[in-house]
Amino acid sequence: MTGEGPRRLLVLGYGNPGRLDDGLGPAFAARIEALQIPGVSTDANYQLNVEDAAALATYDVVLLADASVDAPPPFTLQELKPVSSGLGFSSHSLSAPALLGMVEELFNAHPKTYLLGIRGVDFNEFGERLSPSAKTNLDAAVASIEPLLRQPDRWAQLQDSLPHFPVGRMDRL
Amino acid sequence: MTDKTRKIVIEPVTRVEGHGKVTIQLDEQGEVSQARLHIVEFRGFERFIQGRPFWEVPVLVQRLCGICPVSHHLAAAKAMDGIVGVDQLTPTAEKMRRLMHYGQMFQSHSLHFFHLVSPDLLFGFDADPAIRNIIGVAQKFPELAVQGVMMRKFGQDVILATAGKKIHGTGAVPGGVNKNLSIEERDALLKEMDQMLTWSLGALKIAKDYTVEHLAELADFGSFPSSHLSLIREDGAMDLYHGQLRAIDSEGETLFDQVDYQNYVDYIAEEVKPWTYMKFPFIKQIGPEDGWYRVGPLSRMNTCDFIDTPLAETARQEFMALTKGKPNNITMAYHWARIIELLHSAEKIQELLNDPDLQGTDLMVKGDRRGESVGLIEAPRGTLFHHYKVDENDQVTMANLIVSTTNNNTPMNRAVTSVAKKYLSGTEITEGLLNRVEVAIRAYDPCLSCATHALGQMPLIVELNDAEGQQISRRTTG
Repeated sequence: MTGEGPRRLLVLGYGNPGRLDDGLGPAFAARIEALQIPGVSTDANYQLNVEDAAALATYDVVLLADASVDAPPPFTLQELKPVSSGLGFSSHSLSAPALLGMVEELFNAHPKTYLLGIRGVDFNEFGERLSPSAKTNLDAAVASIEPLLRQPDRWAQLQDSLPHFPVGRMDRL
Repeated sequence: MTDKTRKIVIEPVTRVEGHGKVTIQLDEQGEVSQARLHIVEFRGFERFIQGRPFWEVPVLVQRLCGICPVSHHLAAAKAMDGIVGVDQLTPTAEKMRRLMHYGQMFQSHSLHFFHLVSPDLLFGFDADPAIRNIIGVAQKFPELAVQGVMMRKFGQDVILATAGKKIHGTGAVPGGVNKNLSIEERDALLKEMDQMLTWSLGALKIAKDYTVEHLAELADFGSFPSSHLSLIREDGAMDLYHGQLRAIDSEGETLFDQVDYQNYVDYIAEEVKPWTYMKFPFIKQIGPEDGWYRVGPLSRMNTCDFIDTPLAETARQEFMALTKGKPNNITMAYHWARIIELLHSAEKIQELLNDPDLQGTDLMVKGDRRGESVGLIEAPRGTLFHHYKVDENDQVTMANLIVSTTNNNTPMNRAVTSVAKKYLSGTEITEGLLNRVEVAIRAYDPCLSCATHALGQMPLIVELNDAEGQQISRRTTG
């Protein structure tokens, strides 16, 4: 996590591609993967999991990509701060800040982490397609983020690089 | 409930508003008459599958749950084996699927125990929520917290090696599998095997010691006599992947045994209730009122005659000795039972990794097409039913799924009612009551309409209603 060696960035998209716009996160990761940007790794999953803490700990910068139900379109980007997650009543939920808390506490790692929230509109049906609005927002997110990913010296200042993008509310994370 | 009670409206869960809700109903004397856990099950999936080609189903159903997609994948694949007329897979195919399934059990049970339950066991129900969480465990027991993450990761690695990928795994296909296990994949997993067994034994000690040391408190906590149901091997051994249905009552008397699950509708029916979208399965011969049953790790310990791996069998014998060989009906004993299964899964993974059949190349079997089939599997949370009909155009015309959480619907409601009756004092929902309601639900680890992931923490809301149905107290976690 220092300046030694090449910097590494992970784009991790999460969501369920079988639930319409909930698949925006994996769709973003797939689009970035197709670009084959040097130093940028990609991954995707249905949701965040505790073992992601071990993976995140090995990167300098992490960009989590998720669908958002209330972000101002086309997307929001914000830096994440770790939190100590309270106990839930089911193992079926892990928030991004809580995951980051695990990265810091369990692995003593401090990757600079951002959350990209791409606005979706259709979530409550089954179906493997993005709505037209979601596609537009995804295109905008890829177009805006790609140039930044190609400049490793700016990764750690992603948010500073995007002064015009609105920042989502932490209480919805 | 009285006739005056206001109707409770269950709102469809949305992606952001994911939560669990418990309503506690008081009678006119101010005593708890009933408590209900409202878990919204997304019913649209069965309709979504209709019209799809049957061979797509084992991949499609993984979208039901981001935590246990493998269970749905395998249950659907087993059903589709029947559709393509295959009753017996090749040794390589069956062992690859079993390896995938034990990987799933291992990762799921690790996640549940370390991430969700260990804070309760290590710090106690009444510990400060600021400490009673996985970060608190990490600070006080750092090695244990890392173990939990690494064990979960190992299980996921087994799944990746057998299913091919994390999202939309395609390892199991109707009639077999589409890959074997390479020597490189095998050796990478074997390297970690001894460590996983050691850590599993460590987790077993925590779960067992906790249960035995707190037996007086736990025996009465959300517990009740119940019937138990699971798959069972022909010789009575626990079998998490395949077998016939066995059901016993709370005293261990057999209700039915060695039932071919293709005929499950002759033994199990589902009741609909007006206050929830979830159905309530029951054993037909007993009826809807008393025919409910439990599934999952506790039930599997109770129904089986033995476990066919040595370390887990020793642990099972200690477990059953607690109740002198009779069924264990202590809800909190789910945790101990779960860790016995974790250990069993580790032993099975080791056994399979050392089996050269996994490098075999005979992966598929063909048969004569059939129109209807059922696939059952013992998923981490309990018995999972997949039932399909397929027409002559290879399209699914009917799908019925009974997931583990649905099987445990009535027991979870009973557990919550029991806790509410014991710990509600006055008309305020206290932190202590909220804690205990959560602890009771955690024992079952319900699956929450998990077709979408939820943003952020998923709070539990507990509401207290008077006999008129008016809300008099409400408390939310987090």
